[in-house]
Amino acid sequence: MVGVAPLARRAGRRLLSSLPALFGVVIFTFLLMRVLPGDPAVFFASGPNAGQAEIEEIRRQMGLDKPIPEQLVRYLWDIGHGKLGRSMGTGQPVVTDLANRLPASLELTFTALLLALSLALPLGIIAALRPNSAVDHAVRLLCTLGVCVPTFVSGLLFIYAFYYLLGIAPDPTGRIDIFASQPPNVTGFLLIDSALAGDWEAWWAAASQLILPACTMALFVLAPLARMTRASMLAVMTSDFIRTGDALGLSRRRVVLVYGLRNALLPVITIMGIVFSTMLGANVLVEKVFSWPGVASYALDALLASDYAPVQGFVLLMAGIFVLVNLTVDILYGLADPRISIE
Amino acid sequence: MSATLRHVGWVLRTNPVTMIAGLGALSLILLAILGPSLVPYDPVASNVPMALQPPSRQHWFGTDQLGRDVFSRVVVATRLDLAIAASAVTLSFLIGAVIGSFCGYTGGKLDLWVGRFVDVLMAFPLFVLAMALVAALGNRVENIIYATAIINLPFYIRFARAEVNVRRNLGWVEAARCAGNSHAGVVLRFLLPNVLPAMAVQISLNLGWAILNAAGLSFLGLGVRAPTPEWGIMVAEGARFITTGRWWLVVCPGAALMFAVLCFNLLGDGLRDILDPRMRT
Amino acid sequence: MTPLLTVEDVHVSFTTRHGVVNALRGVSFAVDQGETLGIVGESGSGKSVTALAVMRLLDRAGRVTSGRIRFRGEDITAAGRSVMQPLRGAAMSMIFQNPRAALNPIRPIGDQIADVLRAHNDISRRQASSQALELLEAVRIRDARERLSAYPHELSGGMCQRVMIAMAIACEPSLLIADEPTTGLDVTTQQTVMELLTDIIHRRSMGLILITHDLGLAARYCQRIAVMEQGLKVEEAPPENLFGAPQHAYTKRLVAASPTKHSRVQDLVGEPAPPSVEPKLDSRPLLQVSSLKKVFGQSAPAVADVSFTLSEGESLGLVGESGSGKSTISRMICRLIDQTEGTIRYEETSISDIASRDFHCHPLRRTIQLVFQDAGESLNPRFSAFDSIADPLRNLLGITDNQELRRRASDVAERCGLPHELLDRFPHQLSGGQRARVGIARAIAPGPRLLVLDEPTAALDVSVQAVILHLLDRLRRETGLAFVFVSHDLNVVRMMCERTIVLQAGKIVEEGSSEELFREPKTEYTAALLAAIPHFEQRHGIF
Repeated sequence: MVGVAPLARRAGRRLLSSLPALFGVVIFTFLLMRVLPGDPAVFFASGPNAGQAEIEEIRRQMGLDKPIPEQLVRYLWDIGHGKLGRSMGTGQPVVTDLANRLPASLELTFTALLLALSLALPLGIIAALRPNSAVDHAVRLLCTLGVCVPTFVSGLLFIYAFYYLLGIAPDPTGRIDIFASQPPNVTGFLLIDSALAGDWEAWWAAASQLILPACTMALFVLAPLARMTRASMLAVMTSDFIRTGDALGLSRRRVVLVYGLRNALLPVITIMGIVFSTMLGANVLVEKVFSWPGVASYALDALLASDYAPVQGFVLLMAGIFVLVNLTVDILYGLADPRISIE
Repeated sequence: MSATLRHVGWVLRTNPVTMIAGLGALSLILLAILGPSLVPYDPVASNVPMALQPPSRQHWFGTDQLGRDVFSRVVVATRLDLAIAASAVTLSFLIGAVIGSFCGYTGGKLDLWVGRFVDVLMAFPLFVLAMALVAALGNRVENIIYATAIINLPFYIRFARAEVNVRRNLGWVEAARCAGNSHAGVVLRFLLPNVLPAMAVQISLNLGWAILNAAGLSFLGLGVRAPTPEWGIMVAEGARFITTGRWWLVVCPGAALMFAVLCFNLLGDGLRDILDPRMRT
Repeated sequence: MTPLLTVEDVHVSFTTRHGVVNALRGVSFAVDQGETLGIVGESGSGKSVTALAVMRLLDRAGRVTSGRIRFRGEDITAAGRSVMQPLRGAAMSMIFQNPRAALNPIRPIGDQIADVLRAHNDISRRQASSQALELLEAVRIRDARERLSAYPHELSGGMCQRVMIAMAIACEPSLLIADEPTTGLDVTTQQTVMELLTDIIHRRSMGLILITHDLGLAARYCQRIAVMEQGLKVEEAPPENLFGAPQHAYTKRLVAASPTKHSRVQDLVGEPAPPSVEPKLDSRPLLQVSSLKKVFGQSAPAVADVSFTLSEGESLGLVGESGSGKSTISRMICRLIDQTEGTIRYEETSISDIASRDFHCHPLRRTIQLVFQDAGESLNPRFSAFDSIADPLRNLLGITDNQELRRRASDVAERCGLPHELLDRFPHQLSGGQRARVGIARAIAPGPRLLVLDEPTAALDVSVQAVILHLLDRLRRETGLAFVFVSHDLNVVRMMCERTIVLQAGKIVEEGSSEELFREPKTEYTAALLAAIPHFEQRHGIF
């Protein structure tokens, strides 16, 4: 195992190196605000008939009359203090809205990721161990088809099949049946909250709402994950050290699991960041299809209503999450591969 | 050259899927060119009395909520969807390949700054970035193209950079310098042509991805607007009727979308086999 | 007593997309307990396939089609995994070329040795670990206790091979197969690894099959040597007979082509000496290198204070082990990279003042050319042989007329022994020797006066190497070229160069006329290098 100190150093360095990227994101959202069509002050004015004087007043309040660099400094100051403005749609501060809705998005994303991983890894490994067998062909077909199905189509097809035709899925809107009792809010994750409260009825209600959108999203990332697992396992199994293991009489299980799989998982870990980012993007589509009350659908509604403060907040949030995810991936990789600590 | 042809022949023989995918892609391109003059109905003419008809002999893919013929709309939409994807991919390929190759060859400051820029781009979930860009640039078709091109750009830069980087210390690159080629000449005349085949694979796979992205954006109501026939927007309109069992409004444009993506992806895989049988996965 | 291993008339074929390839076409041999058998041959001779067939490690595409393989009398020709797994590692073991790749990169080496021990013995983790420690000590790894938790990337190539040996002998097998165990290692490392290996073999009276392309190595360490060519064993004899009086035509050629302490270039190809025009050694210096230094990044200097001169028409050898800085020097002379300090003077011009990025359009570019090591990557895969040769003609001599280019290119190709019908082929359609010829033709096409050769034959089989060396020698005599000849192979440098410089860690250790330097080395380092080269003696007319 690698020592803790180099790992912490690595994590710190990685965090530092992601700062420029984060700063870039902030600049981008700032510019986004400036180039967006329309004058923000006009939106914030009381109505379409607001007088020029009123608009000017709001402009002054928002600091839009100041030179751009000063606006940027104020913007950074606000972000530093957790002020992301107010949503016109809900009338709430954007931070509050995002905090309320984030657990819904995360619950969906993590469930889907877990589902995808628990299917993709075994499938990829089995396929790689028996190249050109029936299993292998089936997995390859699944991978090929999987990347071609847009999430919004597969989600709608799931609804058609399980809600309309079979009638076994609940009405595809929201996180929990409106008639079911809402568990007390602890973590914001309904599955965890209801389990903590011992309310298994609510747990079941939440789970049955979650399963279709989670499957939709899992299907979307299943293909790249399985494909990667298969490819890297295939490559590892033909490498020299596997031959060494065989030549020295290690058991098949040891060769495959300890020598093969552990090495094959390294590239899979590295693409986890990309996979997660794709999922955050796909969230927008899935949340729209299933009317899921997450951050993405919130941002989308705001975007379509030309309400830009939530969009800005959302983009910043996504970038922040993404940096965290990459950091985690990096630390995992550092734990798994002793070679990188030397660079 | 005959050896190359033999190799292509071998790949097509052992992997007929590539051939089928190639034919599929070809027919899609033909549809995109000829589609509007082939379809039986006007794709935007509404005919309310005939609204929401299931597929029949008159309307192969049924009709939508305004009584428009879904088949005609799906066929006519091919041109717009392919055009968006193709222009976006071309843009990002041209820019990305050249920038990436120079970065990979020279390393140093240029590489560092471009790397930073790519990092910033990649720090967004890309689909979210595309949404934000379309919102910022304005809700128009050409902006969908730019947004898709920009989110593809990092992949081309990284890909070209990596491919050039592994080759820059090979004997033939140094030999090219000895033979009197400038650095720029080495990149453009020696390295780029060697990287292009691998990039062709990337382009084909990317086309599928770009189609999905563009359709996803218009599904959300960004970019293309009704009543323009476009697969994403057709699925979005049909989504309202799925809970009442009008499947054809979603399935038909959705299937067209899947078919297009499938063809380009399979073609990409086939190209990869043709270029390097060892990379077959 | 039955021999340890008998291989009787074994055929192996591989199913490829071009049809069935017969890799072995009837190979027979036997190895006794305590005996060392060498299998030598050039690439494609089937020597590695033989080893894999014995271990039953052939990949899916390959199989033994006929013949018998017996181990301790037991027929294992068609044995399955359940039979072979207990044998492998415990009764028969194998070590491979490229030891670093042969070890699991993300598992500590102590655990990897313990894995082998625990696969064949019912022992605890603790016992396995202490035995692993003993094994590391047995293969003479210093600080063995600390090394137990080291990963392969933290060890040198030679150390990795010793770890590999420790793993292979962990369960005291009676047969060890070593497939090119020292290829890619420096010559002094090769010596220590081989001595360790033979020592262990003798002490445990194991049977050893040593597979190598190096006749000298086989001669030094084997009791019997089998020569293979294209899937057939052409000859088998004790080394003194084999090298003294080779019977088979192929063996004769192979023995002749291998450079020894005394061979001359013309001996290698068995041709009469070329018209003996000794190169005119002009006293005018062509190249003057003084206090040359190159530092990459933060590390120790790759080249530290190197000075030498080269006269017109002279051939100078640069030898040294990996990391000695010899390639870096050649790159600086060719103005492919800039020096950190020092000057390089070419005739009247101080070329070290010309930045490497601008040198491509300097008039001197055409007079200094470089020949690269051929590992299939010295030629642009998208250029035909003609394109490769014509490119410098176009850029450096400004020839644009296509017919003129054709004429010139085939002219140069012919001088390099490349038939003009091969000019339209692409690199992957050419053999290693033909590719080397294209590389040489490309370098001499613009008419240079100084040719820098960076390991020009390192990737070639010895018989091809012999022909290429002969070609280079002839070109030099014909055109009065000056050579800077970079190589790790001291015998080759001795034959090709009048003067030799020995480098170690970026510094000159010794410099002198090749004859003297090789006969009476003045420094310990050079002497050690020379002693480490395995030789065979050609004793003519003993029988």
